[in-house]
Amino acid sequence: MTATRAEVCAVACAEVWRGDGEILASPMALVPSLGARLARETFEPDLLLSDGEASYVDGPWALGAPAPDAVEAWIPYRAVFDLVWSGRRHVMMGASQIDRYGNQNISCIGDFARPTNQLLGVRGAPGNTVNHPTSYWVPKHSTRVFVERVDMVSGVGYDHVEQAEARRFHEIRRVVTNLCVLDFGTPDGAMRLASVHPGVTVDDVQAATGFPLVMDTDVPTTRLPTDDELRLIRDVLDPRSLRDREVPA
Amino acid sequence: MADKRMTEEQVVAELRSGMTIGIGGWGSRRKPMSLVRAILRSDLDDLTIVSYGGPDVGLLCAAGKVRRLVYGFVSLDSIPLEPHFQAARKAGSIEVTEYDEGMVQWGLYAAAARLPFLPTRAGLGSDVQRVNPELKTVTSPYDGEELLAVPALHLDAALVHLNRADARGNAAFLGPDLYFDDLFCAAATKAYLSCERIVPTGQLGELTRTRIARWMVAGVIEAPNGAHFTSCVPDYDRDEQFQKEYATAAKDPALWAAFRSTYLDVADEAAYQAAVAKRAAA
Repeated sequence: MTATRAEVCAVACAEVWRGDGEILASPMALVPSLGARLARETFEPDLLLSDGEASYVDGPWALGAPAPDAVEAWIPYRAVFDLVWSGRRHVMMGASQIDRYGNQNISCIGDFARPTNQLLGVRGAPGNTVNHPTSYWVPKHSTRVFVERVDMVSGVGYDHVEQAEARRFHEIRRVVTNLCVLDFGTPDGAMRLASVHPGVTVDDVQAATGFPLVMDTDVPTTRLPTDDELRLIRDVLDPRSLRDREVPA
Repeated sequence: MADKRMTEEQVVAELRSGMTIGIGGWGSRRKPMSLVRAILRSDLDDLTIVSYGGPDVGLLCAAGKVRRLVYGFVSLDSIPLEPHFQAARKAGSIEVTEYDEGMVQWGLYAAAARLPFLPTRAGLGSDVQRVNPELKTVTSPYDGEELLAVPALHLDAALVHLNRADARGNAAFLGPDLYFDDLFCAAATKAYLSCERIVPTGQLGELTRTRIARWMVAGVIEAPNGAHFTSCVPDYDRDEQFQKEYATAAKDPALWAAFRSTYLDVADEAAYQAAVAKRAAA
């Protein structure tokens, strides 16, 4: 079976939760949601998933479909905050801007005192990033998103955790985009090109990135979905192909 | 036994310009909108608003009622960005204290527990510290760890909307999440609680859902459909069509003038509900 770019991205998103065990996976968009559900159905069966409202739910369910009735436990917002403090969570957030050290911005564009555009506010990004693992999903990799310096540090990057306190539980695991996978496996926590998706070149990625990326001489290709993964994605987890809206073929 | 029933107008008469007012709910969910609308009709201004923000924040900003806003986010949920809040920020017309969501909870909790602050890691290293230079850190006396000290968020008044209440202020949420409504009430000098229906105490329902006790509450307002157009599950879902009309109008001065005259510049909450009913029938 031939995989689409959206399917490669879904598997790359699933991979961020590999090894996490019995924690809450909190995806914030369609392809990461597909990835988290895929991870639980395959290599990470103990992951907890919420219905996006206030219940932990069991069993697989399709994107765009109502969550299954099989409720495991109650998780109102207050319990989510408690879970954040406990560290037993790995969130995959979006980013209006992200920089070379993994600082993320979802608050506003321009000067905070009088922004040219106001976005959501920092939401839970400051607390998430210093309490438990965080990954990011960028469906449209561009120099507008990948900037030299973010306007308002919401999610905290590696150059902002010099204080031991902020570093203690800080981990930016990975950034998955429509073009590639990035990580921070460098001595100073600078962003590194970990793999390019099939059909994408290193030059494509660098051209869409507003700062020089660290990379090895040979950048590997992101792994393809297995046939089992493709069947799960197409038949069970996203039969309506909503993934193609976020990452067009 | 105290009967705390009152009207929206009586609540507004107890509020003063310059007060700090906390508003319960979350985004565009279970907001005390009938009380917000009563503030819009009043002369109150110069308010400091504390909120997990939704259209409550947008409407108060658009009406020029807000001096300072304390928030972690402002969103309409199904419409991610709140247009009136965006406009107020771009115009620089409000002062802001932007916190991590957990910091807002901690500030309310500190106020409710009569503590000057509560420590947390949330906010450390982020620009929340840069844009709120009044924030201080505190060193743990046990292991020397430096933590952010979130100052208590004392509220002069809290406004919340629950599904059921009795006339004394005991109240139950029937939907999926209480959000932080009990903390808003406990952090306030006076809390005003609107509800879909006032019932006898014995009919509040499941005990574990009766999370607001009467000691937290100064006034109870019966406001059927009072959270409109935000959701108040299971009594009703968000009025998505109306919210879309609101958000569209908010971006266009002529449309906004029409929206105001139809829904906001009306005599009272009953007139608002009549206009909403007329729209639904059309």
